Amino acid sequence: MSTNRITSLLSVGALALASLVTPARGEETVKVGVLHSLSGTMAISETSLRDVLLFTFDEINAKGGVLGKKIEPVVVDGASNWPLFAEKSKQLLEQDKVAVTFGCWTSVSRKSCLPVFEKNNGLLFYPVQYEGEEESKNVAYTAEAVNQQATPAIDYLLAQGVKKFYLLGSDYVYPQTTNLVLLEYLLSKGVPLENIGGGFRKDASGKIISAGKYTPFGHTDYQQIVAEIKQFSAGGGAAVVSTLNGDTNVPFFKEYAASGLTADNCPVVSFSISEDEFRGLPADKLVGQLGCWTYFQSIESAANKKFVADFQAWLAKSKVPGIVKEGRVTCSPMVLSYDGVYLWKACVEKAGSFEVDKVREAWKSGVSFDGPGGKVTTQPNMHLTKNVFIGETRADGQFKILKSFDNVYGEPWLKGKFK
Amino acid sequence: MTKPSSPMPAAPAPPSDTVAGIVFFGAFALLVMPMLDAFGTIDHFTLNLWGKYLCYALLALSVDMLWGGTGLLSLGQALFFTLGGYMHGMYLMRMIGDQGQYHKPIPDFLVFLGWTDLPSFWRPFEHFSFAMLMVFLLPGALAFVFGWLAFRSRIKGVYFSILTQALTYAGALIFFRNNTLMGGNNGFTDFKSELGFPLADPATQRGLFVVTAAVLLLTVIGLHWLRGTKFGLVQRAIRDGENRTLFSGYATPTFKLFLFVAAAMIAAIGGALYVPQVGIINPSDMTPDKSLEAIVWVAVGGRGTLAGPILGAVAVNLLKSYATRAFPDLWLILLGGLFLLVVLFLPGGLISLPDKLRPLWAKLRRSPAPTA
Repeated sequence: MSTNRITSLLSVGALALASLVTPARGEETVKVGVLHSLSGTMAISETSLRDVLLFTFDEINAKGGVLGKKIEPVVVDGASNWPLFAEKSKQLLEQDKVAVTFGCWTSVSRKSCLPVFEKNNGLLFYPVQYEGEEESKNVAYTAEAVNQQATPAIDYLLAQGVKKFYLLGSDYVYPQTTNLVLLEYLLSKGVPLENIGGGFRKDASGKIISAGKYTPFGHTDYQQIVAEIKQFSAGGGAAVVSTLNGDTNVPFFKEYAASGLTADNCPVVSFSISEDEFRGLPADKLVGQLGCWTYFQSIESAANKKFVADFQAWLAKSKVPGIVKEGRVTCSPMVLSYDGVYLWKACVEKAGSFEVDKVREAWKSGVSFDGPGGKVTTQPNMHLTKNVFIGETRADGQFKILKSFDNVYGEPWLKGKFK
Repeated sequence: MTKPSSPMPAAPAPPSDTVAGIVFFGAFALLVMPMLDAFGTIDHFTLNLWGKYLCYALLALSVDMLWGGTGLLSLGQALFFTLGGYMHGMYLMRMIGDQGQYHKPIPDFLVFLGWTDLPSFWRPFEHFSFAMLMVFLLPGALAFVFGWLAFRSRIKGVYFSILTQALTYAGALIFFRNNTLMGGNNGFTDFKSELGFPLADPATQRGLFVVTAAVLLLTVIGLHWLRGTKFGLVQRAIRDGENRTLFSGYATPTFKLFLFVAAAMIAAIGGALYVPQVGIINPSDMTPDKSLEAIVWVAVGGRGTLAGPILGAVAVNLLKSYATRAFPDLWLILLGGLFLLVVLFLPGGLISLPDKLRPLWAKLRRSPAPTA
């Protein structure tokens, strides 16, 4: 290595190091982190959350900000790379010293950030349906817990006279846990074991440790599984409970329709398909199939209509590089992000401080916000009480609301609860 | 893979320069950075980030000793890196004890899957020494078996690359399964302590950084020494003309097998050091695109050299860390642009930049009035 090479190595390093140091800012703003994947496999879902967060910040700033301070968003890209999520949360907390962070979609990204938020006593608002079995004082779970999505959907199906349930999901933690909870829930409702499809795995003592059929991410061959479902549903009164994720839904529903199964003879209720997913999925293959969320864009309320119109108006004017302006919709994770910002604002104002410990106390004392999906209220266990809706897919990728459950309490610890 | 026009040095750099480089790098990484951290000149986050870059540098060295050094383009080095990480991760998972979400004596994801007892293959991993042994043994054994089959069958060039890529993809699929009992998609996270030192303590992280820097330094010294030996000559001979080497009486498959196993172990130790500093290991690190990323670092830094891969790994990741914060919408374009520029105008990588600039500079000085 020549001395010139050493100098060049040194100067590249020093230059990059210097550029990492962010310039000092004025006193009039409060820094807020936005930690979503803007590139990679999750970008299609998570970019929408970044957009709605920026919209919400603009809306709040136009009305004077939070405690007289304007929100200054610090947007970083997690790039669908889980170790990078840990790095970026460290950067937000230790270098940018943000007051709060809104972010994450997948459970693995949340698990990756969690130790960082706990170590620095930060606060992460997490907006996407998840498996529960977690309760960190450093995370505000605006997300749907399993009892705010899966169990109400089962209640609805049982009321419709469904007697047999086929459990199908992608092989990762959320479907695995949801299906274990559903197994216990179905048994507690008197559904016999032979009426629960998808298969079980038992440990040495014969205890069931996994229920349902699982396919890897990106799986495309559903012929065999659909044939199995057809056999399972032969006597009528059957339904499929699907926690299939993302792209795999396309081949699954294609195969499903091709085999002659329909929403009438064997409905599918999916927990991972919202309006936003229909920007990439063929809705006509899913007409009549069910969805269950704590918000649908089709909710007929003045608050929701204003929210949808304001968001579209904001999009039209937005100058964020590369933002998609056409064909945009709103969905549950977006609304829970929106609600999250307003709940944080309400907690900060109640506490009179941006300090995480004080904001958390305000959250635990119970703060409400009237959002597009109705009233949401914070709970002492860091989750939210909110309304749950069952909807039927329409050909335009929207949902027709069939039933609503009001003020469902968010409960993260469900395994072993239903006996 | 004969490329006579490539800028690879025909012989190792003169020893005095290399020794100066090693001394400079050692002083910088082992003394200056940790001291700056301890005195608060740079924050803990920055040091921790550099620790991660140095782990990546080990991966880059492992890629380059095969690619630049031997002419074997392995697209599977991320597998060995991640396996090393998993082996160390198993120890770290055991050290969580009952401080997990469920407060049970077994890792959280096993409770999740309904296990009440620890699966037998997990048991020995509560011993640090066993876990460290496995960091070397498991990736080494896998590389040995794969390499033995591949080299004995004379699989070369692009076929070797495709097979290694398939190998890492298969590894990722196995580890994505929850039933593999290695944490599935989520992998391992939420580590608490290493050898009794809390990982959240900046002093522990500083210690890990120093260990990483020392391992990297030893690896560089080792690889430099190897290049100077007769073995190193055979290695370069294999790169430049394998058949001729073979017919000169050298059992090239054996040489390649040794290098492949050694490279796997270097990647594995990088992965093992990466896990406690980053705090998570999961199968997405094994996917083929992670191996491709490492190849990009080497290409950007300059292949066939010792400093090039390190420079490339550090520079690309520094830029990535910086740009994902400063230009979250445009950073991929920036990074892609850099790669294009390097490939088009700097085939020798960043390390060749001074040599490229010198004649330009001399020309500029000779004719002060620019013609174009």
